[in-house]
Amino acid sequence: MNGAQMLLAAPEFWVLAMACVIMLVDLFLSEERRGIIHMLAMLTLVFAGIITLRGDYLTAGVHSVTAFNGGFIRDSMGDVLKVFSFITLGLIYTYAKFYLRNFNMFRADFYTLSLFTLLGVMLLISANSLIMIYLGLELISLSVYALVAFNRESSRGPEAAMKYFVLGSMASGMLLYGMSMIYGATGSLGLVDIAAAIGVLGEHDILLIFGLVFVVVGIAFKFGVVPFHMWIPDVYEGAPVAVTLLISSLPKLAAFAMAFRFLQSGLGDLHMHWQGMLQVMALLSIIVGNLAAIMQTNIKRMLAYSTISHMGFVLLGLLPGTAFGFGASMYYVIVYALMSTAAFGMVIMLSARGIEAEQLEDFKGLNQRNPFYAAIMAIVMFSMAGVPPMVGFFAKWMVIKAAMDAGLLWLAITAVIFAVMGAFYYLRVIKYMYFDEPENEAAIVAPVDFGAALTLNGIMIIGLGIFSGSLIAICINSFATL
Amino acid sequence: MNGIMNGFLLSILIWLPILGAIAVIVAGAQRPAMAKGLALVISGATFVLGLPLFFAFDTTTAAMQFTEQRPWIEVFNIQYYLGVDGFSAPLILLTLFFGVLVVISSWRSIQKNVNQYMAAFLLMEGLMIGVFSALDGLLFYIFFEAMLIPMFLVIGIWGGPRRVYATIKFFLYTFLGSVFMLIGLIYLYIQSGSWDILAWHELPLSFVAQKWLFMGFLAAFAVKIPMFPVHTWLPDAHVEAPTGGSVILAAIMLKIGGYGFIRFSLPITPDASAALDWLVISLSLIAIVYIGFVALAQQDMKKLIAYSSIAHMGFVTLGLFVAFSIYRNTGDVSGAALGVEGAMVQMVSHGFISGALFLMVGVLYDRVHSRMIKDYGGVANTMPWFAFFAVLFLMANSGLPGTSGFVGEFMVILSSFQANFWFAFLAGLTLILGAAYSLWLVKRVIFGAVANHEVENLQDINAREALVLGTLAVAILFFGLWPQPLVDMLQVSVDHLLQHIVQSKVI
Repeated sequence: MNGAQMLLAAPEFWVLAMACVIMLVDLFLSEERRGIIHMLAMLTLVFAGIITLRGDYLTAGVHSVTAFNGGFIRDSMGDVLKVFSFITLGLIYTYAKFYLRNFNMFRADFYTLSLFTLLGVMLLISANSLIMIYLGLELISLSVYALVAFNRESSRGPEAAMKYFVLGSMASGMLLYGMSMIYGATGSLGLVDIAAAIGVLGEHDILLIFGLVFVVVGIAFKFGVVPFHMWIPDVYEGAPVAVTLLISSLPKLAAFAMAFRFLQSGLGDLHMHWQGMLQVMALLSIIVGNLAAIMQTNIKRMLAYSTISHMGFVLLGLLPGTAFGFGASMYYVIVYALMSTAAFGMVIMLSARGIEAEQLEDFKGLNQRNPFYAAIMAIVMFSMAGVPPMVGFFAKWMVIKAAMDAGLLWLAITAVIFAVMGAFYYLRVIKYMYFDEPENEAAIVAPVDFGAALTLNGIMIIGLGIFSGSLIAICINSFATL
Repeated sequence: MNGIMNGFLLSILIWLPILGAIAVIVAGAQRPAMAKGLALVISGATFVLGLPLFFAFDTTTAAMQFTEQRPWIEVFNIQYYLGVDGFSAPLILLTLFFGVLVVISSWRSIQKNVNQYMAAFLLMEGLMIGVFSALDGLLFYIFFEAMLIPMFLVIGIWGGPRRVYATIKFFLYTFLGSVFMLIGLIYLYIQSGSWDILAWHELPLSFVAQKWLFMGFLAAFAVKIPMFPVHTWLPDAHVEAPTGGSVILAAIMLKIGGYGFIRFSLPITPDASAALDWLVISLSLIAIVYIGFVALAQQDMKKLIAYSSIAHMGFVTLGLFVAFSIYRNTGDVSGAALGVEGAMVQMVSHGFISGALFLMVGVLYDRVHSRMIKDYGGVANTMPWFAFFAVLFLMANSGLPGTSGFVGEFMVILSSFQANFWFAFLAGLTLILGAAYSLWLVKRVIFGAVANHEVENLQDINAREALVLGTLAVAILFFGLWPQPLVDMLQVSVDHLLQHIVQSKVI
């Protein structure tokens, strides 16, 4: 291992170091001066972004560089996803600070744990061997288990954390089991070597296919697609909103990267097998997610089911196994992370001191109380429903085209029909905000940075739609080597 | 022809109202007078700027004019591509006209969140102009869908008691219809590698593909226009919407369905349109006759006008689709031209008439706060000027010669004679049914003895209302007596369309 290889992983090392620094600095800070932690964490993200964007490892004709015996890979897909992880986490920190202060939970553990989550996300994005995939995945999972139980006073948090832990461990077990079969069949841990070995073994090796099934289960659990979605509503509801904010966005970015690397780079020759599995899961997620969301009265649960349906759409993009399809999915997860952050950000803003605004009814009459924030929420909801010119529409048509490319017209049609049904519950939020009279006339106060972050988030949701050309191009070109 | 200004004209017409809407929201917060004034200035300026669309319009070519083309999302070859021909230019002018009118007509009746109301209408104006001028498939779809957002809010915020039901029904109905079109558009993109609508017109397609595409387009446009049996959202939306919302809905948004048939269904899938014309024609005839009877039975003035709109839009679809049987019967496209021109004239004319009728109901509603026919009677005694306009508009609605309502219907009936006697016969029934429900409405609301105390105390229309209704009356009479300017705009484009659709595209 030489210095150049270390340098490739510089962003990861930086985040790791800062997570430790923050943990230490907190020991010497008094209660009032804890704001410094927040500043440090934001600074971490800014510099991580700068380090990542330097990208001088890429020279002409080189699309990716590996380090640590091929276990770690840097490429433009990874860099884009990482940068959006930083942006998302930056928004999350800004929203979460307000929440944590309000709920007397403003402690450094939140920042350390979430930076470790970020580190896991980054490792998973860059993972190029089975070991690294598992490492990244578990780093995310373990940090998030702790975060879900972050509110010690609440009984729901630890309960949700237990559920998540039990189910999550099982999923990890499945994944490991699948990995061991793949290792057994191919004799290697690196995804590139695995792909080469599969080329020799052929696509009908029974051990490989069994391994693939378990791997797909593990990936599906991370995405939270039906039938591995059970944990999502309970965890979203039980966790403090600041944590829900985190788990609904960051890990999805990593899950996409993992799906791409594992299924395409590693098991690309088994495409015909995993395509069928993803098809079924995509269909079920879109149906179940949208139908179940209609019945919710709790906005956290509603958004949880909406996540399930959105992840179904992400799977649509993976189906054809083409550069366009992966680009579409990648664009979709990025967009989804931004939308979900904004939606939960709004939930945080409406939470009065000590009481979470969990019910849909809490949005009643928001347009009377604050037309500006109501407009942002409306933009987010229309975007999630896939109404142009919001960014959610662009993401949706691309994955639908991907499904049609794979020859699955029926799946595309079913998906759009259920997307229309899904529009109903997003419209209901708008109905509460615009068509109903407020029950609570209290003015909405949010700190300046909170308002600015939410505005920026809203602008991104319109702007990345109308000016979507460059981001879409970046996403699709990331897979140009396919 | 293409001066410097003309290269941007359509963009200005789209973006001036949209950016103006933002200005109205910001500047008009807590200051309703400011919001109204600014909205009037912006819509007025847009109208004036849009006049070259009429005066500088070249009636000798079917090619797109005032075009603007620049790359937008280059990875997918999506362009920001605008242009108008004889079909879209009149509809854009209609939109510009009503853009000003709704602002004036809502001057007093809207008290709540005035800035948002005015902004919503400006936004809609810009987006609707976008729909009519977009020549890129995805751009069209974006305008087509985005338009729903302000209308959804307008009905939901300023609407009547059942507004939530009506507006969600409106949104979901239209949304469901248009997603099928989206699949069709994506299919066309996969086939052609481009989103250029004009290129799609030339794209050869197998008959089966055309049939599916036709059904996709039909799902979107039949809901929008609306055709029987997917019309049920319209009466609800109309009844609950505030006056301005009803006016825009009836005068412009319904026309987008008809425009969609002209721009997409007919030229992109001509063989499927020819093969399935019986479907559209029978649905149109059902709309004309059956919905005519339904209108007769209404108790609510707005509902009556809504149903009458559906019946009148039946003429549009009939006029467009009889072209195929005329061509089959005569082997000549010139006879079919009358039907298509009639459909376009009917769209413009119905825009004026239905807008006028909804404004008329709005005038009464502002005073009495009821739309039920039974609450009125003998209005002519206390509101003579109002009665004058109302009778004129309702006569125009029933297709009285000399009003624009007559021209379009007459042209369509005349051309459907060449297709099939029974088409013409059934369509002709509208002259009886339309007269029946319109005149019966006149009798019950306008004439007779003063019905109650409220009617007795009615104030006649003021100068602002007279201006709005008077302008519409002039427009209706003008196009009734001299439709030539409109027909001139259409002629070349209609011929071009017909030449195109009688040639098979099947590969």
